[in-house]
Amino acid sequence: MSGIKDKVAIIGMGCTKFGELWDKGTEDLAIEAAYEAFEDAGIGKEEIQACWLSTVMAPPIGVSGTIAADSLKLRNIPVIRNENWCTSGHIALIEACLAVASGAYDIVMALGVEKLKDTGYPGLGTGRGMHPVYEARRTSPGSFGLIAQRYFKTYGLSDEEGKITLAKIEVKNHDNGSLCPKAHFHNKITVETVLNAPIIAWPLGLYDCCGNSDGAACAIITSAERARSFRDDPIYLKGFGISTDAMMPHFRPGFSWISFDSLVTSSHKAYEMAGIKNPREELDLAEVHDCFSITELLIYEDFGFSERGKAKEDIDSGFFTREGKLPVNIDGGLKCFGHPIGASGLRMTYEVYKQLQGKAELPERQIKNPRLGLSHTFGGPPQISAVAIFGNEKG
Amino acid sequence: MTGISFFGGYIPVYRLKRDVIADIWGRHSLGGERSVANNDEDAITMAVEASRNCLKGAPTAEIDALLFGTTSSVFKEKMNAALISAAIDLKENISTLDFTNSLRSGTGALMAALDKVKSGSAKNVLVTCSDCRLGYPRSDEEQLFGDGAAALVVSDENVVATFEGHYCVSNEMMDVWRNSNDTFVRTWEKRFILGEGYINNMKRAIKGLLKKYGLEPKDISKAIFPAPDSRSHKRLASQLGFDLKTQVQDTLLSKVGHCGAAHALLMLVGALEDARPGERLLLACYGDGADAMLFTVTDAIERKMLQYTLRAQLEEKLMLPSYARFLSYKGLVETVPGEPFRLMPSATVTWRDRKSIIRCHGSRCNSCGLTTFPMQRICYNCGSKDDFTEVRIADLEGLVYTFTLDNLAGRSDDPVVPQIIAEFGGSKVRFYGMMTDCDPEEIKVGMPVRLVFRWIYEGAGMPNYFWKCSPMRNGGNDL
Repeated sequence: MSGIKDKVAIIGMGCTKFGELWDKGTEDLAIEAAYEAFEDAGIGKEEIQACWLSTVMAPPIGVSGTIAADSLKLRNIPVIRNENWCTSGHIALIEACLAVASGAYDIVMALGVEKLKDTGYPGLGTGRGMHPVYEARRTSPGSFGLIAQRYFKTYGLSDEEGKITLAKIEVKNHDNGSLCPKAHFHNKITVETVLNAPIIAWPLGLYDCCGNSDGAACAIITSAERARSFRDDPIYLKGFGISTDAMMPHFRPGFSWISFDSLVTSSHKAYEMAGIKNPREELDLAEVHDCFSITELLIYEDFGFSERGKAKEDIDSGFFTREGKLPVNIDGGLKCFGHPIGASGLRMTYEVYKQLQGKAELPERQIKNPRLGLSHTFGGPPQISAVAIFGNEKG
Repeated sequence: MTGISFFGGYIPVYRLKRDVIADIWGRHSLGGERSVANNDEDAITMAVEASRNCLKGAPTAEIDALLFGTTSSVFKEKMNAALISAAIDLKENISTLDFTNSLRSGTGALMAALDKVKSGSAKNVLVTCSDCRLGYPRSDEEQLFGDGAAALVVSDENVVATFEGHYCVSNEMMDVWRNSNDTFVRTWEKRFILGEGYINNMKRAIKGLLKKYGLEPKDISKAIFPAPDSRSHKRLASQLGFDLKTQVQDTLLSKVGHCGAAHALLMLVGALEDARPGERLLLACYGDGADAMLFTVTDAIERKMLQYTLRAQLEEKLMLPSYARFLSYKGLVETVPGEPFRLMPSATVTWRDRKSIIRCHGSRCNSCGLTTFPMQRICYNCGSKDDFTEVRIADLEGLVYTFTLDNLAGRSDDPVVPQIIAEFGGSKVRFYGMMTDCDPEEIKVGMPVRLVFRWIYEGAGMPNYFWKCSPMRNGGNDL
């Protein structure tokens, strides 16, 4: 397998403000993200040859690609919908890249759009999966609470030590989010704020959970050869990895609940394609799936950013802060953007794209001379992970 | 000789002090406490628990009929017994039937079971009865009623109490009743229903039985008969000539309450726990007439019993903190629902997967031995296809592997839903589900748990049942 390192590039991206956008519908979000991306790439929508649409919330019979086709008036081109839980945005993007790499298309788009705030309830609802009984009361915070409880137990952290460790992740993410204009939340918080907040799913409290927001993001992709004819600073895809575990963790025999095979294998596939040997040293930034504080902690270990059981040391030393060696979720992450499911993967990639171009909105949040950035989403009970690595130079 | 070979009772873990009910209404308390079914329990789930308790050590595979008695049918049309039979994993080629709408449904089912075995149409009949009736708010019945279930196996083998005979009277009167759409039990004037109804009919049945078999009251070791209240119980015992101190079985009214159609058999279970070989037991039950039955305890009563005794269940309890909680658990006030279910209930799916959902079967791989729940066609470990043996998980003991206390999944009267990953049995079968009958604060990693059959939600007008974890209380025997 030779992979597709440096074969395709992103030449334009767009991202809406994320938040409780009561006055915007799915179509408005799609239009705003797509038109910012068209303008950024310097193309018109007529030049798009195929579209990969990522959206998760849909009526039982599905929506096909109509959200993109109808809103943007994409006429007579393929619109392919992707639904892979929280990783939908990444997988739509990766499929779009693969289509260009295959030579089937010259210019394509990947669009992630999600309108969560039309449901009438604040969370994602209770009861999951395809089965009417087995997961009747499963919620997202509940599943990740199971992970946190077991992580504390395994590494001998008291409830207080564990909760303080997790709180520091969210203090960092809120500090980052406070500088990011497109984020949903801009408030800075302290460890005490996190510890004193109401419990959602013990041991996870309100600030351990990401928000629920509306939003959309879009990427325009072309081949690496053509990329510089559109702009001087295209961003190249270096590698990707997608992995789905067999059997949801809840019923999986012997499952540890402190490490996910899909996280380990998806990241290592991506490192291999990108030629990365030591991600802790070589990556300049990472946007990872912090749906809950414990998720970000687990990712540090499963992605090889921290040694097993040692994430706490790196959290305590500030390794992942904006000034640290490997800034993680420098835009505030899902914690501050909220998680409109199908949009998140592309929103995270938008941050990596802008950082690698040196174009973060405010100079104080721009990383100095980054070369390589990673974006990642993790979805389901959880069960699926998707990683993409980008660079601003070929080779 | 035909008789009772196994027995077991079930009392829900929740109790409510009658003072709490009385205080709310500014009324006199009848004292003591009553049992209250949890909000995931109903007549079916309580019967399942009583049956599983009764069947400990019994030849479950040889049960060839199940008769269920209740006045609290979950379904007006559809057999409760069929679901109970599947949940306790009885074989499919058995006869099942519901006995409903009468306080004598329990004793009626027991007499039918005895007839079945005597006639040879069945060898081992499981009789179970269960009730959770409601008295009107502020009524005496609201305080007096309790929720509970009992189960007995009727057989010609392993008999601990042989059946000697019966005497029944039927009597038409409107004394205690519920019309088909009523929520609460209606009663006529107390003096009429107690004197003319209960006392007179019970006397006719019990005296008839004694006369039929040439017995005097002094020949009875234990007279076991429910009563609407303690005073009527004493009055009837005295009028019949039974010594209250030595000859009369405790009514369970002070600690449990009157459990409707289940109550006579529940009291019989209590009597059998204390019975000695050679004792003569008289069982009687009222309801539009009365049934009286006579049993003789055999030497087999001294064998080691495995069930969770009533005596222990009476002590293992969680107190319901408020009358409001009682009302919401009984469905009498509507609570703010939790987040809406994003599930599509499906009768076809639950039917197709009934072996896992209802019978609680997992699959043990014939190649590598890995056991998985729910059943999997392809082994997670070795990948062998369609090569497994079904194994029942529900009766294994487990330990909590990890848990969370979820504040999103609940409803306003029960906001915290403990979600549990547990490992069951020597092969550590993983199970994911909710924890019930517990104080969420008591849950710890490594805590011993068992599985119980519970209602989980209603969708499309269809109750959905599944298994939940429950803290391991006194599962052993103390007989």
